Amino acid sequence: MASEPARKSAPTRDPRERTDFDGRYVGKPFRRVDGRAKVTGQTLFADDLSFPRMCFMRLVRSTVPHALIKQVDFSKASEIEGFLGSLTGADTPEPFGILPVSQDEHALCPDKVRMVGDPVAAVAAVTEDAAIEAALAVEVEYQELATIASVEEALATPEPRIHDYPKEGGNVHKAVSMEFGQVGEALAGADLVLDDLFFYEGNTHLPMEQHAAVAVPEDTDRITLYSSTQTPHYVHRALAKVLGLPPSRIRVVACSNGGGFGGKSDPFNHEIAAAKMALELGRPVKITLTREEVFYCHRGRHPVLMSMKTGFAQDGTILGQHLKTALDGGAYGSYGVASTYYTGALQTVTYKLPAYRFDGVRTFTNKAPCGPKRGHGTPQPRFGWEVQLDKAAEKLGLDPAELRLKNLEEAGRTTANWLKLGTTGLERCLRAVVEGSGWKKRRGKLPEGRGLGLACGSYLCGAGLPIYWNHMPQSGVQILLDRAGSVAVYCGEAEIGQGSDSVLAAITAEVLGVELADIRLCVADTGFTPVDLGSYSSRVTLMAGNAALEAAERARELLAQAVAEHLEIDKDRLVFSDNRVFDAGEPDTGLSFREACIAAEAKFGTLSTVGSYIPPRSPGKYRGAGVGPSPTYSYSASVIEVEVDVETGLYRPIHVWIAHDIGRSLNPVLVLGQVEGSVYMGLGEAMMEEQAYRRLPAKYSSSLVHKHPSMLEYKSPTFLEMPPVTSYLIEDPDPEGPYGAKEVGQGPLLPIMPALANAIHDAVGVRIDQVPIHPHMILRALAAKKTGRPARFGPAGFPQVDFGGTLHVPTPDQGGDGRSIDDYRHKLRSGMRSASGTMTTREEALQKHGKLTTD
Amino acid sequence: MPNALSAFTSLLIEVNGERRAVSFPTHHTLLEVLREECALTGTKHGCELGECGTCAVLVDGRPVLSCLVLAAEMEGKRIETVEGLTDGNELHPLQAALADLGAAQCGYCTPGILMAAKALLDEEPEADRKRIEQALAGNLCRCTGYHKIVQGIEWAAARMRGEDVAAPADVLYGAPEPGSPGPPDSSSSETTERQDG
Amino acid sequence: MLRLPAFEFHQPSTLEEAFALLGSAAPSVRLVAGGTDLWPNMKRRHQKAETVVSLMKIDELRGIQTTNGNGNGPSLSIGAITLLDDIVRSSEVRERFPALSRATASISSPPLRNMATLGGNLCLDTRCTYYNQTEEWRRSIDYCLKEEGTVCWVAPGSPTCWAHSASDTAPMLAAIEATVVLQSPGELREISVSELFHNDGIEYLTIQPGEVLTRIDLPGSSSAKHCRTAFWKLRRRGSIDFAVLSVAVALWLDGAGTVEKANIVLGAVASRPLAVPNAARALVGQKPNIGAVRNAARAARRAATPMDNTDFKTQWRGLMVERYAEAAMCEAMDLPHQLPSPPHV
Ligand SMILES: Cc1cc2nc3c(=O)[nH]c(=O)nc-3n(C[C@H](O)[C@H](O)[C@H](O)COP(=O)(O)OP(=O)(O)OC[C@H]3O[C@@H](n4cnc5c(N)ncnc54)[C@H](O)[C@@H]3O)c2cc1C
Ligand code: SF4
Ligand code: FES
Ligand code: FES
Repeated sequence: MASEPARKSAPTRDPRERTDFDGRYVGKPFRRVDGRAKVTGQTLFADDLSFPRMCFMRLVRSTVPHALIKQVDFSKASEIEGFLGSLTGADTPEPFGILPVSQDEHALCPDKVRMVGDPVAAVAAVTEDAAIEAALAVEVEYQELATIASVEEALATPEPRIHDYPKEGGNVHKAVSMEFGQVGEALAGADLVLDDLFFYEGNTHLPMEQHAAVAVPEDTDRITLYSSTQTPHYVHRALAKVLGLPPSRIRVVACSNGGGFGGKSDPFNHEIAAAKMALELGRPVKITLTREEVFYCHRGRHPVLMSMKTGFAQDGTILGQHLKTALDGGAYGSYGVASTYYTGALQTVTYKLPAYRFDGVRTFTNKAPCGPKRGHGTPQPRFGWEVQLDKAAEKLGLDPAELRLKNLEEAGRTTANWLKLGTTGLERCLRAVVEGSGWKKRRGKLPEGRGLGLACGSYLCGAGLPIYWNHMPQSGVQILLDRAGSVAVYCGEAEIGQGSDSVLAAITAEVLGVELADIRLCVADTGFTPVDLGSYSSRVTLMAGNAALEAAERARELLAQAVAEHLEIDKDRLVFSDNRVFDAGEPDTGLSFREACIAAEAKFGTLSTVGSYIPPRSPGKYRGAGVGPSPTYSYSASVIEVEVDVETGLYRPIHVWIAHDIGRSLNPVLVLGQVEGSVYMGLGEAMMEEQAYRRLPAKYSSSLVHKHPSMLEYKSPTFLEMPPVTSYLIEDPDPEGPYGAKEVGQGPLLPIMPALANAIHDAVGVRIDQVPIHPHMILRALAAKKTGRPARFGPAGFPQVDFGGTLHVPTPDQGGDGRSIDDYRHKLRSGMRSASGTMTTREEALQKHGKLTTD
Repeated sequence: MPNALSAFTSLLIEVNGERRAVSFPTHHTLLEVLREECALTGTKHGCELGECGTCAVLVDGRPVLSCLVLAAEMEGKRIETVEGLTDGNELHPLQAALADLGAAQCGYCTPGILMAAKALLDEEPEADRKRIEQALAGNLCRCTGYHKIVQGIEWAAARMRGEDVAAPADVLYGAPEPGSPGPPDSSSSETTERQDG
Repeated sequence: MLRLPAFEFHQPSTLEEAFALLGSAAPSVRLVAGGTDLWPNMKRRHQKAETVVSLMKIDELRGIQTTNGNGNGPSLSIGAITLLDDIVRSSEVRERFPALSRATASISSPPLRNMATLGGNLCLDTRCTYYNQTEEWRRSIDYCLKEEGTVCWVAPGSPTCWAHSASDTAPMLAAIEATVVLQSPGELREISVSELFHNDGIEYLTIQPGEVLTRIDLPGSSSAKHCRTAFWKLRRRGSIDFAVLSVAVALWLDGAGTVEKANIVLGAVASRPLAVPNAARALVGQKPNIGAVRNAARAARRAATPMDNTDFKTQWRGLMVERYAEAAMCEAMDLPHQLPSPPHV
């Protein structure tokens, strides 16, 4: 049995003690620490950097969707004045990718392109003007291959393959099947079974900042890369791998991100190519992507087709569900294996679901790769689930709010798929939006064309497992104190606008009793800061926050010892506040914070402390149990009021009420900003945003292109589309979070899309089972209704899919132990290729069946 | 075809009240010249095609998209960028309000939004919410959902008119949970850190 | 960053200088006014020029003047380089032709209207989602008929380009029967706005090489006084977006309130502003009534051929022609209508 990793999260005191803590900063709407820099133009984003001798790079991107590269000709390009050099796939043969199981990308494609926009070559020049001209002058010869544009096509077209993995062949990237409890029995015993199909179109993050990177060589084998990335740690890993340099010779600095939303959390080809070019040329190289290229980086929301079959008892009790999802993954793996699991994993955390079966499949297609966008894989099934609950309530004659309240999950329970819940504020969230919107009085009584819709959601507060399974912390913080009384905080987390720098600074200031202005931060620099895995899965507040708490408390302890000695009082009597350390009983007796640092430095030598965080182990032990666990979950509920015009299908949301279970607001005004931003992005997805592709008539062309890779045609709502929002912050401090805090960056997006669809139904009586909801869909559904057909617009079928052998996992209620009953057999069959199984599970299996070899 | 180096322009341009001599390839936009020749990188860009508003600066007091004007057209014009908003070390009320309300999340759209908002309030100090939304409708923001921006501009407008008002409690703390005792009192503006910058 | 290719740039201060430059630099020369259409097109490289001549320093082309007009009483004459925002701000324009003010205010976004000109808006290139794309993107579809390619992807097999006219002022100016002045060295011709356009996505303007559109003349006050106008625009968002459909209505009523003359002009559903005489005919001789409006709206729908080259489902846009035409005509006739107001109002 593998040794259990030490759980290092345990802060020095029970965090519950300070959940009702009223601090100088915690719970207060203080100005973010980077606020001034951001409103004065001082914040440096990657494209704002400039270095002596810096030159400019452009990528030559594929203009064909699927082809073998025959030849790359730089002869015209190299004649352009200012041309400095070029690279092709031969210069970067080593593959990379965010997940260890999907090392399928190249900085420059060596032999084959898989989508329009794949990088084929790089050129560098003295000016960006010249680099642009040179890139346009590069001539590439391709031998085209047949293309795949959808999940259905991928399933039906095993050849040609887009990738030569997995070893089962075909264009299926990942298939999973798992059953918790007895779903067949549950459905058979149900009074009402709903069997619905839903479709969620892909969409993208569209950060306002276009990705940029600057690579600065420091020697022939040493380099620093500045980049707009959410995950410097993983860029660091990928760079070391592709450049073939020891990681210690590479430094990655994440600049402030001009928005991320998950779109900057993969290592990207342009970052690696810039580093390679810089090493080749021996001078700094900058690349700034165009908006179109950002659409090709993508990693956005997967288009997902869903089949959802759920059984209910007459009184509304949910008995069981069988969910099938089919994900259109695009040309590369990215986070796709995890995304596939995520389309099933969090289905269980809001309402009690005693029996649950999840089958998921992700295929490759010749389109930009999908990945993690705000809510990673969960908004799609959440949309289906919340719409289906609305339908169930209607069928059962129940109020949709009551149906949900009746089935609520409870704090501390372990779900059917073995997720251990923390605090659950969903009931209060629901009651707040129901009350606030006048749901009971107004629903169903509004004039024709007006309606109210309700939905809920839940999200992780940090993924329980790191991408590369290991025994090390997921987040580390180091604090340096010195005789000037200054406090320097080092952490690998990346500020992407979410306010993570402010969280670290506030926690440290709170513990040490100093002001924010006394704290300096050094973040997201793999050369100097302890590792934090990055700004994804809403992990930073909880994980880096806990690490900061631990480091700060250790610093405080050192200071307290020195001050206690100096003042000759018991250290437990000391209070840290107002830049002083003083006797609680006799406030005049004390030292200034600076004097305290001097006393401590004299006593202990140079002062530095560290803190780190590892999430609690999850009880799930089955293969695939690695996706879904989190230290705790945030909850949200929303009611949307909509106005629909039956003549045109045009509609507009009139008001959004949203309640979010934040555990504890470290800074309410920043939390509100995240809530409102999530509502905005959710409305964009629900109403208009789509990463749409188009094929040209086959008779004339084999092209498969992004329909509109521009800010103008990819529709992102403006000031004028944003309705008023009433936000309720529900505080129920969670013992796992620093001061009780939970995440807010992603969760509040989840209820928005289904709440809108439900509101449209309330307004005009039609079901739109897909997003985005375009006006023509409403008209079509209304027309169907008139002619007596189902008043619905949505997908018509789910393809035949071989999801592989089903893993059977007894639920906690059935007395299971977190393992599947057929784990051993299943592993043999599937060759244990997934990184999503926990390492412990594998090691246990290996020990039990000594003959097995691992991958 | 003219080479990128064949035609260049030299001019005096006035940015934030400071005149300077700059030389640049004639086809370069104001955006490029501000960022690359004047080292004023506060002005950002999100599309370079006039579709997002990120690059907005003021020319003779009116907001324009610097990605779609040639710097060569700027002779004799008064250019204002985000770097010129502070009065010495003192933040402009718009800057202070957006900073205090967290209306600059990633901060990337912020310079363009500040400039568009300044032009509006300079001309219409009494601009109401609807006017603010209309005047800013060319500036996209992906982070904030716009509410904190609008609330910040309203707050700044009030303060610029000399009204001594604090940010409303629901802007800072959210709406009171129905049936709960209500939000913390935020009657004074001391609840936010350093209002003035 | 997307950048402009290199070119020679001239900023003459008189028309004569401009004509001289146009003459000497032909054929690869282009005029620019606000540049909000030309610069993006050149950055994407579907319009090219070695020399660009700016009109923006020619002061005589700027501003809104009251002139004696064409026998119809004092009228407004708008210089070609007048900024759209200055037109929106003009109380004279708003009072005489409120819908022209509204059409202008609906163009793109506030900062763009501080740069874009009325002349440029009329001469705006036709648009299509296969065309308004970067050089690299267009390479991946082997270009199209409008520029460098051989096939029209919107209607393969079609010998013509179906790119749509996207100007918002053009249908409105055509509806109120405005005229434009075109000048070339030693020559000046005045034509109606509707004569400015061909129904062809490539050769969409009747302007000759070397000609400059110098001003736009609105009908005189006696015409304006009896004219009722309306402008409705359909687009996804309340700002930034081009129209996927616009409806411009101008009606002239006699003393008894009967429609004497009507012009219904659609935008974004053809390669030119599309006048619908059948719709107009359905209104003439009628007192405002919903039946006549419905007949006219049906005629408008029959005339429009929306193509799959912009936002929204094509078929739905066809349905919307009728709805929007109805709403616009109702507004012009002061009849109640149900459609929710478009966001720009
Ligand atoms: C994001 C975005 C959104 C837009 N939305 C809209 C919209 O909603 N509605 C709309 O109508 N337009 C829209 N436009 C298009 C354009 O901005 C406007 O039509 C604008 O009015 C064009 O004017 P300009 O002066 O900038 O034209 P320019 O770009 O300077 O010129 C356009 C064309 O006209 C020619 N030209 C200009 N002036 C003259 C003249 N006096 N004589 C002869 N030829 C001339 C130029 O050579 C050029 O080919 C949008 C543009 C963008 C970038
Ligand atoms: S309508 Fe046809 S020819 Fe014209 S721009 Fe579009 S695709 Fe090209
Ligand atoms: S960068 Fe100028 S409008 Fe987008
Ligand atoms: S704050 Fe990030 S785009 Fe507006």
